[in-house]
Amino acid sequence: MSATTVVGLLPLGVLAVAGIVVLMLAAFSRRIMPAFVATLAGLAAALACTGVAWLRVPYAAGALLSFDGFVLFGIVLIAAAAIFVAVSSWAYLAGGKDNGGEYYFLLLVATLGGCILAASSAFASFFLGLEMLSVSLYALIGWRRDRGIGTEAAIKYLILAGASSAFLLFGMALVYAATGTMDLFRLAAAATGQGILAPVGLGMMLVGIGFKLAVVPFHLWTPDIYDGAPAPVAGYIATVSKGAMVVVLARAFTPAFIGPGGTAGAAATMAGGAANGLAAGFPWVFTVIAALSMFAGNLLALREANIKRLLAYSSIAHLGYVLVAFLAGGQQALRAVAFYLVTYFVTTLGAFAVVAALSSKERDADAIGDYRGLAGRRPWIAAIFTTMLLSLAGLPLTAGFVGKFVILTAGAGAQLWALAVILAVNSTISIFYYLRVVSAMFRGPETAALAGTPGGRGSAAALASPAIPFLAALAVAVLTLAVVALGVYPSPVLAFIGTFTTGGF
Amino acid sequence: MILILFVTVPLVFGLAGWGLGRLRTSLSRWLALAANAVNLCLSAVLWIGAAGAGPAAGSPWLAEMKAPWIPGLGISFGLGMDGLSLALLALTAFLGIASVLASWTGIKERVGFFHLNLSLVLAGVNGVFLATDLFLFAFFWELMLIPMYFLIDLWGHENRHKAAVKFFLFTQIGGLLMLVSIIGLAVVHGMVSGAWTFDSRELMGTAMSPVVGMLLMLGFFAAFAVKLPMFPLHTWLPDAHTEAPTAGSVILAGLLLKTGGYGLIRFALPLFPAASRAFAPVAIGLAVAGIIYGGIMAFSQKDMKRLVAYTSVSHLGFVLLGVYAFTSLALSGAILQMVSHGISTGATFILVGALQDRIHTRDLDRMGGLWKQVPRMGAAALVLAMALVGLPGLVNFVAEFLVLLGLWPVSPVATVLAGVGLVIATVYALRMFQAAFHGGPREKWNISDLSAVETAVLFVMIALLVVLGVFPQPVLRLVERAVSGVLALVSAGGAA
Repeated sequence: MSATTVVGLLPLGVLAVAGIVVLMLAAFSRRIMPAFVATLAGLAAALACTGVAWLRVPYAAGALLSFDGFVLFGIVLIAAAAIFVAVSSWAYLAGGKDNGGEYYFLLLVATLGGCILAASSAFASFFLGLEMLSVSLYALIGWRRDRGIGTEAAIKYLILAGASSAFLLFGMALVYAATGTMDLFRLAAAATGQGILAPVGLGMMLVGIGFKLAVVPFHLWTPDIYDGAPAPVAGYIATVSKGAMVVVLARAFTPAFIGPGGTAGAAATMAGGAANGLAAGFPWVFTVIAALSMFAGNLLALREANIKRLLAYSSIAHLGYVLVAFLAGGQQALRAVAFYLVTYFVTTLGAFAVVAALSSKERDADAIGDYRGLAGRRPWIAAIFTTMLLSLAGLPLTAGFVGKFVILTAGAGAQLWALAVILAVNSTISIFYYLRVVSAMFRGPETAALAGTPGGRGSAAALASPAIPFLAALAVAVLTLAVVALGVYPSPVLAFIGTFTTGGF
Repeated sequence: MILILFVTVPLVFGLAGWGLGRLRTSLSRWLALAANAVNLCLSAVLWIGAAGAGPAAGSPWLAEMKAPWIPGLGISFGLGMDGLSLALLALTAFLGIASVLASWTGIKERVGFFHLNLSLVLAGVNGVFLATDLFLFAFFWELMLIPMYFLIDLWGHENRHKAAVKFFLFTQIGGLLMLVSIIGLAVVHGMVSGAWTFDSRELMGTAMSPVVGMLLMLGFFAAFAVKLPMFPLHTWLPDAHTEAPTAGSVILAGLLLKTGGYGLIRFALPLFPAASRAFAPVAIGLAVAGIIYGGIMAFSQKDMKRLVAYTSVSHLGFVLLGVYAFTSLALSGAILQMVSHGISTGATFILVGALQDRIHTRDLDRMGGLWKQVPRMGAAALVLAMALVGLPGLVNFVAEFLVLLGLWPVSPVATVLAGVGLVIATVYALRMFQAAFHGGPREKWNISDLSAVETAVLFVMIALLVVLGVFPQPVLRLVERAVSGVLALVSAGGAA
């Protein structure tokens, strides 16, 4: 093992060590604090190591993992997201007087899985990362054993994720049988093959990938799982679990199907790379998936009164937007995907952090009634949630606007006019439901009486949660500042993304 | 750098007013007023400076600024002001003052937040009137929507929620289609020249096929036609104008509609001259349809505010006519119509709002014989009704006359039909005045006449209508160069 490999694998190693430390702490102490501190320290150390590893890209660790700027960027996003989720969970769990040690262990393992997934270059590591992420999530989703809905969601996720993993695994086997390679980056060869095995295998792999991304038609689990999972975990699923898969998709599939110029294959000419054989059909598959995801996500959200389910539908639509950028192909797409991931991570984490912060011991703040008149009761948190929702809707002064713009630019640059117009139409549809929540917050507390059923959903009294702890408030404040900063002056982030994609912003 | 003040002053004062409004509500009113006063002074200074400047400097702008913003994407923070911008900036500040004063007593809830939203809309509108970078333009274009949505949704009348959402969705879809077109234009330009930019000046004259040009133009047109509003994309307007609070109606009718006309003149025509010329017959046809349709609809309304709202559909048809006639007279007339409509309709909404505050209804059938009770209000309504008709002596007449005069050589048929619209205007304006102020009282109202502040506001607005009516030259001279510049670009684009 060369020095480069050792340094390069440090981020993953640190996460693994931190996971074990947290597990030991949880075994010896029933208090949350030590595990929480160790988790934060571990994630911070992983971030620092990523910075060191950055100096050595690109490098590979055997055939299993390969790292370049884009991957490390993904790892930074994942680790940073995990920090915010950890902080937001701390307040959330303390409210429930839960034993939190194992929770943080699972969070770290899931994060490690996400990082491995993002860096994977072979089927084995791809599957390993995916399963580490999924298995940890089973337990995290069902963490609130006192709530029936959580257990139901966990079992649902277990069954569906298991089934989709089976599809993925079988697809990998078929591709291997047809092509004799387990290299993720040689999928293009599989697609251009003439036999029936390879395309079928690829299609089955797509099922597994689509499930993790929660794009139509593999999206059906999303609202139930978001609804049942603790709010911070829902935020984690929406960001880390999807983000890691997007990184893989952009790395492995862009060069294979959309056009050369992904990070792995560095040829930077646009379009027409593998246009013969069945590969020509794959952009169409992704196009249809993108369009359907946008429409389904936004239309289903229109009449949704549960905030967590609404955010679930919104995340389906957002992955549709990401696919538009992904379909643009080449470096342009990679930059757009990278930037959109940042805006999506920051905004979604912020939205779920607010939901978590407002949640009480008994239940999550998921009914739209909980938010009615929030601007009068808690003006700051209402302003923050408004910012997050407007950013999800893609309105100016927020990160979402610039993100939308970057995606449209990528799409238009690749002449994907139909998708660009569909995106614009969907963006308009989406505003309708975001505004519903926003205007509920700013309306008078006229419905406070209506929500008076004791303990029931929509009860304003149940939301008289204790003041938001300092750390959670700090995290939300940082995310809000990031959303506004990205919306007003995105140049530094764009320039940074330009440093690891050829062509630059 | 002076231009950036037009955006930042309302922004900063609005935020300050929001914060300080928690201490004393009147502070937020005063700060909002001060912001607009500052802007009015700024535009007056610039106007005087413009009048003194020689006619032929190299740049089309009276003042401009450009700073890098997102260089990686070819986006700069570019602002530029010519006579057209300046006239509309002055109008914005003027109507801003009017709307703050008009809501001085009417708005009692969440006063700080109300004035924050008011200031944000005005900042967005000013930005739209100044932006030369297309990304920045789209940025401001969408920025003004959210606060306007809040103004309608939180402080409006009975059906405010529905009206607010309708307003938002209509304008948003138009805005997003424009955004797609903007990016499309940048892509086309990038492929031809290899340079990636959103600067509108550099994008002008981009060579493109007629089909591409038409599609991109239609994207811009969608946004502007919804805002203007052009028949048949106007259906959000009667709801939004009717349900908005008085200040909201004033800003909607007085300013937001003007952003549509401004966008057509500033961007749609110069960027796509060939496509615009090809599209002109359609636009003129729809404009004429809007003039007549708006007039007929206005006549058949019982709700006084809704009546005024429909007159906007009719009057803004003249703007569309003037823009697509491509003659200097008609275009000057269209710009003058934007100014005159802003003042006269703004004043009418303030009057109707004042009336509604007193009798708590907008139903014309329940009014009648109000002149005896509120003679000052009646007198103001009479003058404003004359403005709606477009009687000589008021600036509305000059504007509409110029448009018709400029349109005649282009299309006599359209001119005649648009003239019919003026006849209809007489009918609805007189009906409004008659139903509210003449005849016997249908219900017993015991109400007070206009307060001192209301009287002063309406007096200044009406006086301005009269002054510009007899002496429109300052405005016409101010926009002269902008008009000839646009027309030169439109005719120069013939080869492309």
